[in-house]
Amino acid sequence: MHDHEHADDHSPHAPLQDTHELSYYERRAQAIQALLIERGVVTADEVRRAVEDMDSRTPAMGARVIARAWVDPAFKARLLADGKAAVAELGIDTGPLITLVAVENTERVHHVVVCTLCSCYPRTVLGLPPDWYKSLSYRSRVVVDPRGVLKEFGLELDPDVEVRVLDSTADMRYLVIPERPDGTENFGEAQLAALVTRDSMIGVTKARVPEPV
Amino acid sequence: MSGADSARPRFKRGDAVRVRAAEKPGHIRTPWYIQGKTGAVEKVHGAFRNPESLAYGGDGLPKPCLYLVRFAHADVWKPAGRASRDAILVDVYEHWLEPA
Repeated sequence: MHDHEHADDHSPHAPLQDTHELSYYERRAQAIQALLIERGVVTADEVRRAVEDMDSRTPAMGARVIARAWVDPAFKARLLADGKAAVAELGIDTGPLITLVAVENTERVHHVVVCTLCSCYPRTVLGLPPDWYKSLSYRSRVVVDPRGVLKEFGLELDPDVEVRVLDSTADMRYLVIPERPDGTENFGEAQLAALVTRDSMIGVTKARVPEPV
Repeated sequence: MSGADSARPRFKRGDAVRVRAAEKPGHIRTPWYIQGKTGAVEKVHGAFRNPESLAYGGDGLPKPCLYLVRFAHADVWKPAGRASRDAILVDVYEHWLEPA
């Protein structure tokens, strides 16, 4: 069925071909999607729009939320009390299902998020999860040896700091509010947001420290 | 919270709870590593549709209460000679919990 003659052809004019073999689950998902469209349950355009919406969501959305929480204590309090309602204030629609729970890292407590059962992640606020978040290695090891795993990410925590691993096994999606770095007292929200990385909102690292000027 | 139509939560913040060690077949959301372990209720999330029913086309009703339960890392894994205050917090549905 496949012609492999093109395999060694690296000419820039070689046709782009999708040589990826579909897995069982990919074929099954495609078959189910085709059936749902055929039966009129969803339209192809609705599927496309959902994918487009998901792809438009990035950690920059979450970073905006964190920056606001850093500069506005009342907003932070609302974010901790009801994450979904608070992010909606910034125009972020988390859809009908998600319950967003924000947790705050401090100099005494460090939260890190995992889903040991699958790959639950606050996708509507952070976009798609990184591959390592879905890996069996991260999911199985971070609950057993959180400090060791954080060290592999380059984060060595003082023994006095309490590490809290949050296993999102159910309807909750957890968003970590990292500690605001020192030396950012005069920063505006946009400058602060640039310091908030995806990994710091999962809790495997801290927010970026600003470059000295 | 989607807990408006919930039954009253059986447990409250601070209550000691033990996770049932159930050999339940099929789709469950209670990881094995906390089954049989004792923790404390950290937060009452409210009531949510039961995933053990939803996974098989059911309506997930009645909605069980969902709790964030805190376990001491040392109680779960019993590491040799390392005392720490580290904790593991897991969301657990009420029917998996019993008073401890």
